[in-house]
Amino acid sequence: MKQIELDARRLLCPLPVIKTQNKVAELSSGDILTVICTDPGALSDIPAWARIHGHQIVKSVEKDDEIIITVCVGA
Amino acid sequence: MSSVHKAVALISGGLDSMLAVRVLQEQGIEVEGINFFTGFCVEGHTHAIRNQHKDKQKRNNALWVAEQLGIKLHIIDVIEEYKDVLLNPKHGYGANMNPCLDCKIFMVKKAVEWVKENHMQGFDFIITGEVIGQRPKSQLKRTMPIVAAESGAEDLLLRPLCAKNLQPTKPEREGWVDRNKLYDFHGRNRKPQIALAKQFGFDDFATPAGGCCFLTDESYSSKLVDLWTARNSREYELDDIMLLKVGRHIRPKADFKMIIARDAGESKFLEGYRKQFTSLYSTSHNGPMAIIDGDIEQQDFPLAASIVARYGQGRHADEVEVEITVPDKPPRHIQARPIKVEQVPQEWYV
Repeated sequence: MKQIELDARRLLCPLPVIKTQNKVAELSSGDILTVICTDPGALSDIPAWARIHGHQIVKSVEKDDEIIITVCVGA
Repeated sequence: MSSVHKAVALISGGLDSMLAVRVLQEQGIEVEGINFFTGFCVEGHTHAIRNQHKDKQKRNNALWVAEQLGIKLHIIDVIEEYKDVLLNPKHGYGANMNPCLDCKIFMVKKAVEWVKENHMQGFDFIITGEVIGQRPKSQLKRTMPIVAAESGAEDLLLRPLCAKNLQPTKPEREGWVDRNKLYDFHGRNRKPQIALAKQFGFDDFATPAGGCCFLTDESYSSKLVDLWTARNSREYELDDIMLLKVGRHIRPKADFKMIIARDAGESKFLEGYRKQFTSLYSTSHNGPMAIIDGDIEQQDFPLAASIVARYGQGRHADEVEVEITVPDKPPRHIQARPIKVEQVPQEWYV
């Protein structure tokens, strides 16, 4: 199981979603991707993207103007 | 061949594409969505940046629509490829810098390519939410065949909302889709779409189709043309077109422009560009962040400082201290007298 971090700071949606989507395409089921964003839109968009593609949001936290979303890659 | 036919739908996040998908889902067609990010999409950006939009829900409408429809959505970054569409539109521009017909052809063409790249998934045809007469340039009866032909989609491009006004496409002729259950919407009247939305139980949807591209906006287009004129080049990068969405743009000299935040949200956004651009803000009074796009000479710093001072709480003060930071250099502070409104020529405003 891989654990990858993705820097999507300063990118406005949908770019954090696109980066997440493209990175997840390189990963396997069960891998963990942590995305760090600054656009508050990511709080709804990345989980929405994950839900429709069958991935799980493990954690979503806001800390020091950053949004950290952890995605577990689905099957 | 699988008995279930599959279509890929261009999803804008508006009502029309949402309806087009549901019309086909009702016929048992399996649909996945595709959405293209050109860099000019209105989607979310201004909401994300500006304080005054804090009350609006920050959601990507295309993703939201996909979730309501229960379909996958693939968002494709076409920023680089889109430059040629914007700079060299074969069919010209609309009222502003919007190359709508070329844009539609481009997007359908990209969908055709995507279907080929994903041929293992067995997509049979492409659908859009286009309605004849809905848009003055790209959605006319005479332009619809142009989109189908020049995109390469040919008769595999189906518009479920107005299909009955057009020649039958292959999905209809082959019986993959029942033409009788498609629609004959036309014109700018939105009532049929609203009625169909009600029938499908959609009571929450984004502002009906359009208004989704900054290039249709007169003010944005003016800023884009100003940028090209000032640089004597129509090249642009993503940051350039993002910054056109933010702040007041004031060009006191041909060589440089000031982008001045209009609220705390924009100030915060512009702060992210301080490593790339010369920046200014008042340290003696609350006020906005401003960045300089272009080449500013040392002797123009007082002018720039007086302009940024005018937009802060020190606008009526005799003097305001302004910090100026050139990337990779230590900040310097100067005292500036805020410029008066009447001293700002109208032609400075971009």
